[in-house]
Amino acid sequence: MSGQPLHSLVTRPQRLLREGLLAAAARQPDKVAVIVEGRPYRYRELLVSARILANRLRAEGLERGDRVAVYMDNTWPCVVSIYAVLLAGGVFMIINPQTKADKLRYVLNDSEAKILLTDWHLAGVFGGVVAGVATLGTLIVSGQRPERVTPLPGRVLEFDEVLATDAPLETPVDMVPNDLAALIYTSGSTGDPKGVMQTHQSMVFAAWSLIEYLRLSEQDRLMLVLPLAFDYGLYQLLMSVKLGATLVVERSFTFPAKIYQRMHEEAVTVFPAVPTIFAMMAATHRKQPLQFPAVTRITNTAAALPEALLPALREIFPNALIYKMYGLTECKRVSYLEPELVDAKPGSVGKAIPGTEVFLVKESGERAGPGEEGILHVRGPHIMLGYWRKPELSAKMLKPGDLPGERVLCTHDLFRMDEDGFLYFVGRTDDIVKTRGEKVSPIEVENVLQGIEGVQEAAVLGVDDALLGQALMALVVPRDGAVLDARRIRKHCLAHLENFMVPQQVFIVESLPKSANGKIDKKRIKAERGWE
Amino acid sequence: MNVEERVKSFILENFLFTDDPAALGEEDSFLDKGIIDSTGVMEVILFLEEEFGIKVMDDEIVPENLDSVRNIGKFVASKTAA
Repeated sequence: MSGQPLHSLVTRPQRLLREGLLAAAARQPDKVAVIVEGRPYRYRELLVSARILANRLRAEGLERGDRVAVYMDNTWPCVVSIYAVLLAGGVFMIINPQTKADKLRYVLNDSEAKILLTDWHLAGVFGGVVAGVATLGTLIVSGQRPERVTPLPGRVLEFDEVLATDAPLETPVDMVPNDLAALIYTSGSTGDPKGVMQTHQSMVFAAWSLIEYLRLSEQDRLMLVLPLAFDYGLYQLLMSVKLGATLVVERSFTFPAKIYQRMHEEAVTVFPAVPTIFAMMAATHRKQPLQFPAVTRITNTAAALPEALLPALREIFPNALIYKMYGLTECKRVSYLEPELVDAKPGSVGKAIPGTEVFLVKESGERAGPGEEGILHVRGPHIMLGYWRKPELSAKMLKPGDLPGERVLCTHDLFRMDEDGFLYFVGRTDDIVKTRGEKVSPIEVENVLQGIEGVQEAAVLGVDDALLGQALMALVVPRDGAVLDARRIRKHCLAHLENFMVPQQVFIVESLPKSANGKIDKKRIKAERGWE
Repeated sequence: MNVEERVKSFILENFLFTDDPAALGEEDSFLDKGIIDSTGVMEVILFLEEEFGIKVMDDEIVPENLDSVRNIGKFVASKTAA
C-alpha cells in the first residue's frame, strides 16, 4: 500500500488499531489469521478484503469519524467489516444480532450511522428499521438474499459482490490516536443504551495491557465463542490480530459439542468465557469427562466465577492458568488476579491491569483503607472518553482527577481491598442485573412491560441462579379489569428485547409493595418471595 | 402429532411464546433466527429425552442434529430406530 510504510509498523509502537493488521499481514501474510466455522483465512486475505470493503465505504461517502454499524453474528464478513471501517477512517459499532427493531432503530439514530453492514438473515429486523434512520445512505448485506425482500430505502449492496468486484483502498485514511475507534453500546441504569466512546489510544493501550498479563504470544490460538458485539469478544480479535496469532471463531456456544470438537481440532490454547459457559462445561464434565490439555489459559469475565467451579475446571483444563477478572465497558478491564494466586486469594478479582491504577473512595469522600468498603475508581489511559452525546451521564461516571484536566472513572461498584491491595467485589450501587454474563437494565425491561396493553405497573428483579448467575423475574400488575397472560407477556418481550433480557418467569400480581416515597420496594418483593 | 409437529409446538410454546405455526418454518435455523441459545438447547434436550424416551449424548449436541425442527425430527427418528 503506497503511503503506508509497512516496515516501520513492525518497529515503532502501535498508534491506531488497524496497524495491528497492517503489521501482521506485512510480517506473515500466509499465516492463518482467523478460522471461521472451520474455514481458514490468511492475514493476506483479511487485509485485502478489508481494503476492498474500505474502498467501497469511501465510495459510499464515508468520511473520517463517521459511524458505521456492524449488525452481524461472529462471521467472516463481521471480521472484515471491523478492519474495513478502521482503514476507511470510520468509527465502528458492533450491534448484537439478537437486538430487536426498537433498540436497533435507537442505536442507529443515536449514533447517526451512515452505513449499515449486516446479514440477510436479519432482514426481518433491519428491514422495518432502516427507513426510520435519516442518516443511513447505504446497506451492505452479507449472506443469502431471500427471494422476497421488502423494498429497502437507499443503496443496497451485496457484501460478496463488493469483495469480488471492487478494488482495494490504496492508502488508509489519515487518523490520529485521539480519534474515536469504536462506539460500544451498553445497557445503563437509565434504560436507554449508551454508546461508550473509545479512542484508538485507549483501545490500543487496553489490548496491549491484556496481552501482557494474559501472557499471549504469536503462537497462541484463541477461541472466540463470545459475541464480537461484547467488548471482551471484540478484544480477542484485536489482540489476536495484533500479535499475528490465530483466532478460532464460532458464532456462539449454543452447540457445545461442536465447540469442543473445534477446540480439539484447532489445538486452541486460550479459552475466554463467562461463568454460564464454564458452568455448562462443568455439568457436562460430571456426566462425561471433558479434557482440553492444549489449553494453557482460561479467562473469565462478565460476572464472578463461582469458587465451586474451580475443581471441575482444573480437571477439564489440566494445563491451564485460570484468570479471574473484573471490568466494565467504560474502561474495558479494571483488574485481574494473577493465576498463581487463585488459591491464595479466593474471591478476589486481583489488582489493576498493567499501566493503570485503582482506588476506593468512601461515602465521606476519603480514600478507603485496607478492609474498608468504598466505590472503585479507575485511573489510566484505558478509560472511555464518555458516552456518545450524553454529557450528563458521562459526568456521572468520569470525575475530575488530581491533575488538571484529568478524569478518572467512577465505577459505582462497591469494593473492598485487603492489606495486600487485592480487590474484592462487594456489590453494585445500581440495580443492574447480570444474567448469562450480560448486563440487563431492569428499567429497560420494565419499560417494555409497561408498553403492553392492560399493564398498570411492572417490576423486574435479578434472582440468584446457579447457571445464569442471576435469573430475571418479572412481576406485573394488570389494570382494572384487564386479563394478562404470562406467556403473551414473554412473547411481547421477545419481540422487543434481546433474548437474554426476556424474564425467565412472569408473575401476574394484584399489587406491588411500595416504599414510603411511593417507589416499588424490590427488597421487600425479594424477601416476600424468598428470593434472597 | 408426529415428531416434527410435537417438536415444533414445543419450540413455539417455549421459545416464541405463540401457537401460530407460521412463526417457525420446519427448516429455519434456530441459530439464524436467534431462537435458541446455549441454555435453550439444554431445555430442548430435556424435552426430547422426556418426550421421546431417548438419551442425547453430549457429542450429539451439534447443529446437524438440533438446529431446526427438521434436523431434530431426523435425529429423533435415527435414535428411536436404533
